[in-house]
Amino acid sequence: MNIQVDNPVLEVHDLTVSYDKKPVLWDVDFTIPYGNLVGIIGPNGAGKSTLIKAIMGLVPKGSGYIKLYDDSLDSVRHKVSYVPQRESVDWDFPASVLDVVLMGRYGKKGLLKRVSKKDKEIAYESLKRVNMLDFASRQISQLSGGQQQRTFLARALAQEADLYLMDEPFAGVDAATERSIVDLLLEMRKEGKTIVVVHHDLQSAIDYFDWTLLLNTRLVASGPTEKVFTTELLQETYGGKLTLLSKIGDLMKEKQFPAREK
Amino acid sequence: MSDFWIILTGCLASVSCGLLGCFLILRQMAMVGDAISHAVLPGIVIAFLFSGSLDSVPMLIGAATFGVITTYLIELFNKKGGLQKDASIGITFTWLFAIGVILISLYADDVHIDQDCVLFGEIAYVALEPLVSYIPGLSAPSTVWVLFIVMLLIIAMIIFGYKGLFLTTFDPSFAAAIGVSTVVWHYLLMSAVSVTTVVSFESVGAILVVALLIAPAATAYLITDKLPKMLVIAALVGVIASFGGYYLAVWLDASVAAAIASVLGIEFTLAFLFSPQDGIIIKRLRR
Amino acid sequence: MWLFEQIVEFFSFQDVNIRYVALGTLLLGASSAVVGCFTFLRKKALVGDTIAHSILPGICLSFIIFKTKDPLMLLLGAMLSGWLSVYVVDYISANSKIKPDTAIGLTLSVFFGVGILLLTHIQHSGNSAQAGLDKFLFGKAASLVQNDVITFGIVSVILIGTIILFFKQFSLISFDVHFAKTIGLSVRTFEVILSTITVLAVAIGIQTVGVVLMAAMLITPAAAARFWTDKLKVMVIIAAIIGGVSGIFGAFISYTAPSMPTGPWIVAVLSFIAIGSMLVAPKNGAISKSRKQKKNQRKILEDNIIKLLYKLGEKENEFFKNRSIRTLKNYREYPEKKLLKGLNILKKKNQVVLVNDLWVLTEEGKKAGMRVVRIHRLWELYLTTYLRIAPDHVHEDAETIEHIITPEMESKLEHLLDYPEKDPHSANIPYKNEKDINE
Repeated sequence: MNIQVDNPVLEVHDLTVSYDKKPVLWDVDFTIPYGNLVGIIGPNGAGKSTLIKAIMGLVPKGSGYIKLYDDSLDSVRHKVSYVPQRESVDWDFPASVLDVVLMGRYGKKGLLKRVSKKDKEIAYESLKRVNMLDFASRQISQLSGGQQQRTFLARALAQEADLYLMDEPFAGVDAATERSIVDLLLEMRKEGKTIVVVHHDLQSAIDYFDWTLLLNTRLVASGPTEKVFTTELLQETYGGKLTLLSKIGDLMKEKQFPAREK
Repeated sequence: MSDFWIILTGCLASVSCGLLGCFLILRQMAMVGDAISHAVLPGIVIAFLFSGSLDSVPMLIGAATFGVITTYLIELFNKKGGLQKDASIGITFTWLFAIGVILISLYADDVHIDQDCVLFGEIAYVALEPLVSYIPGLSAPSTVWVLFIVMLLIIAMIIFGYKGLFLTTFDPSFAAAIGVSTVVWHYLLMSAVSVTTVVSFESVGAILVVALLIAPAATAYLITDKLPKMLVIAALVGVIASFGGYYLAVWLDASVAAAIASVLGIEFTLAFLFSPQDGIIIKRLRR
Repeated sequence: MWLFEQIVEFFSFQDVNIRYVALGTLLLGASSAVVGCFTFLRKKALVGDTIAHSILPGICLSFIIFKTKDPLMLLLGAMLSGWLSVYVVDYISANSKIKPDTAIGLTLSVFFGVGILLLTHIQHSGNSAQAGLDKFLFGKAASLVQNDVITFGIVSVILIGTIILFFKQFSLISFDVHFAKTIGLSVRTFEVILSTITVLAVAIGIQTVGVVLMAAMLITPAAAARFWTDKLKVMVIIAAIIGGVSGIFGAFISYTAPSMPTGPWIVAVLSFIAIGSMLVAPKNGAISKSRKQKKNQRKILEDNIIKLLYKLGEKENEFFKNRSIRTLKNYREYPEKKLLKGLNILKKKNQVVLVNDLWVLTEEGKKAGMRVVRIHRLWELYLTTYLRIAPDHVHEDAETIEHIITPEMESKLEHLLDYPEKDPHSANIPYKNEKDINE
């Protein structure tokens, strides 16, 4: 099941990504429609994070191309927001919540211009939306896991983007925070934003997402959640790696074989 | 007057090092700073062979080049060779340092670099230098001038590049995602570290410059959790150590640079124990 | 000839001094390499560096307190402060937000600072007995005497003996601390033993190569050995050999050129071996990687040409027709030189023959071409069936995979897809003959 849409917000075409020549994503090809809340679902090591990193140009592609708004990433960067995994940064860093949220304004303004009053207003507004206004001047080292995640979300909101790519925003947050984050995402969708979320919990996925990608090195399915969530497709996603495919992957690493002839 | 120049030299070197050190330790690159400070030695020797003096433009270029080579080699061993970060750091700097020492022995007649000086410098030499006047009415030893200019450059870099340094240090993948080149900022910082190391080399040597880079920053890191404050505190910690170190050295009749490093150690220990936020005694009392 | 004489003279070990220096550097190089393997594998490569910088204050204090240069007392002081530094690094990183690398840099530079403070204090106080303390800074390999070698010998026996005795425990805590804990091993005890022998190795070695380069004596041989093997025992032995050989070589260089410092030369040789290993080691070496890639490119070229010849035969239903270079160029945009190179390789393999400047497939070549085409089409079918990739997206990937699939994978693929007849584009999947299918 791979439902392609016309005029997609994001098009990933035959994407292969390898680490040391071993493919972790194999010919992944899909399109995503505007204004949806999209879940990327799959077991551990399925390449979910790698997929959004590849979309953001953070890991090199072995083959294929990616189009956002029918354009290259560089020309639409200001419309795209990336939320890395919470664990990817050092939360002992000497910065306040507001400092982090203001980073969301750096992309639009460049690094040399000063932070304006309007930027600060936008930052405060974003903090308010994630219920963190009272924590604006708090040092990030004093935040709980859920508060850290909401700080990252506020930074993303401050970017005023149209497409959001979020890496595991629900990892290690409590149920109440998860609920409030979901509400926020739904609200954002209502405003016409497209949100792509890497998620590992099957149970909640069916409730949260309009559109779902099932991923396990290869793309198993892409389509409206209710159509994708079939026993057969889920089994295929979680039923382990394809033996032959992983064998060939290992062989490619051993022989240092390129993902494409040229 | 000689004690004034010595203390001033210590202050200038430790302010530059302390400021850069903040970014080094936050990037978890403290040992890369250590590696650079050792690995610039062959650059210094080669530049010395060409220019015949220690404070010159070729020297800075030679050093900066070797600093960048060091960072590059560390990454090469790490990524292509599959060695852990620590091991690639260790192999790189010992290798380059060994080449430096060999070069010194090879050109012993032409290169007047004292072995002791390589390790712990001799800050007291600054007082023996003739005074030069670049600005009317102000005359100072040339080492002081060089250190002063480098310090101004570093302060300027931090003020104008604050956002870039902050962003690429805290969250490099977010920085890359919004189109900021992490590589450019990385190498800018590393070049600054190399240049600072070299201009401080004569005064404090390869190993003690590491104390100046890391100790003030680590101390400040324990005292505050705001980056601008951390930078200011690190600079202050360095200045205090320069004064304290000088008088300690006079009292013990010992190396000034070593005394500065020792005072830095005391300052860190105090912060480690009594810092209002993270001091272990304070934490224990609070419990 | 001069070099040859020097070599003979040195390696005959006639000269007593040469014997001591060579034996000393050999023992030191080998034993610190053995110990270094474990610090390397425990991802604590810079511990040796920390200790090397941190033993100075212990030496100086011991000298100030006991007013003697008795090597044993100095060694005791060195061990204590070296040991303390390891503890301080662990304590700082465990009890504050300071990261391990900062803790290491901080500890080694401050300890060294205190050491230099004491050393310069001793030097300036005019104590004539202090002469020689600075060998702990730069090392004095060239002046090793009999007593030193005896000490080195004893220490080497202690180091290597301890390693052999606790080999299992050390390998456990190096590979998997958690597992070691679950099977009831006292991890702490063996960590202490390991850091104690590391401190000992450093305290002895530093007198030969100096404070900065000591780190290399521990980790560089280990890193070099790691490129050659995955087995710990083999790694330890290779590291010991590399360490020992570099030691002797360094001694030899400063013997032939007396102004040359021994320590830096040992380290230069060590680094040379390590970098060389990184380049040429059979498994992960850079050269073997690039050779593999060249081999891949050649395989791709051969396969593509033989496939082309087969497909032309398939299209025209005449496999053994003469074809000119120009015809082939029309279908594959290879430069003529490259095309000819590939054809000549195939000719050697007896898959094509050259007749009047025209190329013809042989029976063997037809089989080879058929195999590539078969794998290509099978893989396309695999991709559409198992990876659910649309038929118009599978060609590119099959273009690569057709070159890498082994005969074993091929038969698995056939079996998995149940010997299909058509690929996703309805082209026939060619088999050698009906018999193959039944096999």
